[in-house]
Order: sequence, then structure tokens, then C-alpha cells
Amino acid sequence: MRENGILRIVTRLLIPLIMLFALYIQFHGEYSPGGGFQAGVMFAAAWILFVLIYGLDAGLAVIPERVMFVLSASGALLYAAIGLLGVVLGGNFLDYAPLMEDSQSAQQAGIILVELGVGVTVASVVMLIFSLFARRRGEQGESWPAEGDD
Amino acid sequence: MVAVAVVRVRDLFSAAMLFAIYSLLSAALFVVLDAGDVALTEAAVGAGISTILILAVLTLAPRYEAAIRGVNWIAITVVVITGVCLIWAVSDLPTFGDPNNPIHVHVAPYYIEHSYKDFGVPNMVASVLASWRSIDTFGEVIVIFTAAVAVFSLLSVKPTRPARKPEDEA
Amino acid sequence: MDLLGHYNYYVVVILMMIGLYAVIARGNMVKKIMGLNLFQTAGFILFISAGKIIGGSTPIYREGVELYSNPLPHVLILTAIVVGIATTAVGLALALRIRETYGSIEDEELVEDDGEDWSFGDR
Repeated sequence: MRENGILRIVTRLLIPLIMLFALYIQFHGEYSPGGGFQAGVMFAAAWILFVLIYGLDAGLAVIPERVMFVLSASGALLYAAIGLLGVVLGGNFLDYAPLMEDSQSAQQAGIILVELGVGVTVASVVMLIFSLFARRRGEQGESWPAEGDD
Repeated sequence: MVAVAVVRVRDLFSAAMLFAIYSLLSAALFVVLDAGDVALTEAAVGAGISTILILAVLTLAPRYEAAIRGVNWIAITVVVITGVCLIWAVSDLPTFGDPNNPIHVHVAPYYIEHSYKDFGVPNMVASVLASWRSIDTFGEVIVIFTAAVAVFSLLSVKPTRPARKPEDEA
Repeated sequence: MDLLGHYNYYVVVILMMIGLYAVIARGNMVKKIMGLNLFQTAGFILFISAGKIIGGSTPIYREGVELYSNPLPHVLILTAIVVGIATTAVGLALALRIRETYGSIEDEELVEDDGEDWSFGDR
């Protein structure tokens, strides 16, 4: 689909917009509908759009698979670290109150960090699953029995 | 209607498109039912990710479903009996939209009141999700990570040729 | 029986049954997974419609709004939607592996193919 001029121009405009919107939803999760999951899925959708137009190799050159593995684990680890930080500082697991002095900003800081972890994990997991499916097509190659109306 | 079409259409590609339409319609329904976060998630996930994954599998699998001979009476009986039992059970549920329903009375008013007062966070869904019910969200992150591990372990085996090609059976 | 007061539940039950029929009665694996997703989405509609208050509005704190819809079902469904992607992805990966190993993703053809490899009694 790289040769199709209309698709190329439109996606060149759309993909940065979608990623920007995903970041907006991620960080405004407290004030408007949104949060970690929605932002992660939208970011992954922008990357998938890029892969659909420019090919899987170009997509994997931008975000390699090893990076996706590391990011998906680190998002969950960030979540657990915030929880354990609450324990270390004297409260319960995932208790945000001991994190800062002011109770309101402690809760907000905890929520922002936790949603960041969730968003990173969801985005990298969806990108990873898609690239695993898409790579299968390349691995099967021409020796596979041709698809048709079975 | 769209759901019935998804079931009956034999061309799986069209079924995937109809499935995306179904997801978008349910996202619109969620907006009407005052669920902004859920509508956003369902639209992104159902019409985006699920459809993309189904289409990705369809490039690797036959596109047309095998023809269904006759009507599957056992399945229809099971479905009808289950449906009748469920509709009979529905009559015990509370009325739609009544503010005095049991689920609106016990814990929810506390969350609604204290979300902005205690936290300074206007979005009540986010404060419940990330602060009051935070461990559930933690479990869910673990679940989606496990899904990635499972898909990776399933698809890391090199594809081999099938044991018997379909056209070899005479 | 408060018939008209429960119409949202009737719609949900009908959608659930359509999805259930797709899972039971269709042999193609991808169609079954789509039926499972239909079933799941109908369940989400059940919870969200149970959480709505007529006259309420979205549960985000704003000036001038008195009655909010219940945010607790929204939280539950958010988690459920993401778990739904996880289930769909694993199911599709399984369908793909079945296709590669056995050559087809239809139920009837799989049962016929496997008859000679297994030993269920005398074959």
C-alpha cells in the first residue's frame, strides 16, 4: 500500500495526530473520560496503521520487538513498584497517602503514575500481539498451500 | 440485526466488517447510557483491535466458512430454552433507571461524593479504578501481560506443513 | 411483571442468545470467536444499562449537575473489555495453530482428520 498516494498522505497526517491524542487521553484521565487503557489501545492503533501502510519491517524498525517485550513488563513492574512504595513508606499496599505530604496531591500523583504504567503495558502488549500475528504471514512464505475458496 | 447478520454471513471478511459495525453500535449505546469511558474503550477495542486481529487471522486462514447443511435443531432448542429461562429470571431484576435501585444506594454515593472532595479528581471512574479499586486494575494488567506471553508461546513455533493436505484426501 | 420497565434486559438476553448460538452451532473457529465476542458485549450492555439512572449524567464532576450515574459498573466493564481482548487474542492464536497443524479450522473436518491418529476403542 506504499504506492497509493492518497493513503500515504492521509496517514502521514493522521498517525501523529492519533499518537498525540492518545497521549492527551493518557494524561487527562482524571479530568475527562480516558485513562490508561484507552490511551494504550489508541497508541497501538496508530502504530498498527503505520504497519498497514508501510509494511511490517518499517514498523519493526521504529519499535523493535525487544523494546516491546521490555516495555510491557516494565509497565506492570511500575505498577507493582508504586504499590510497594506505599508499603515501604508506612501504609498498605497501593496506598497513595504516604507518598507526599498533601493528601490530595499524593492521590493524584499515585493515580497518574499508575495509569502511566497501565497505558505503557497495554500499548506494548497490543503492538506485540499484532506483530506476532503479522510476522506469521512472512514466515509461512510461498510454500504454503494457496488460500482460496475451500 | 447486525448480530444476526454476523452469525449467518458465510464470507468471514464481511462478517468481520459487520462485527466492527456491531462494536461501534454498542459504543454509541454506551454513550447514550452515560458511560463515556466505557464507550471510548469499546470503540477503540471492539472496532479497532478485535477487528484487526480477526482480519490478520483471516489472511492466514480460509476466507469462506463451510456451508451449513440443514438447521441445527439441538442448538436452537438449547438457545431458546436458555433464553426463556433468562427472560423469566429478568422479572426479578430492578426496574431500569430507577434511582432507588439497590446498587445505587450502598457504596456508590460515597464514591460519588468523595471523589472530588478527597482527591481533587473529577473523573469518578478514574478515581475508583486507580485508587479505591486499585488492586483489581493491577490484576488486569497482569492478565493482559499473560495474554501476550501466551500468544508469544503459541506463535513461536515455526510453521510446519500440515499433516495431510486437504486435496490429498480422495 | 413489569414488562416495559425491563426492556433493556430483554434486548441483552436476545443478543446473548444470538452470540451463544454462534458459539454452539457454527463449526468455523473464527466464527465461534466472533460469537463469543458478541456474547461478551451483550454482557457489558447488561451491566451498563443496570448502572444508569434516568435523569443522571456521566460520572464526571461538573458544575451544575445534580445526579450522576453510577460509576462502579463502568469500572467493572472497563476491566472486562480489556480482558476480552486478551481472550480474543489467545483464541485467535490457537485457531491459527490449529489451522497450521491440521490444515483446516472447521469442526467437522477436524474430527474426521483426527480419527485415525487417536485410539478411541476399536478403529
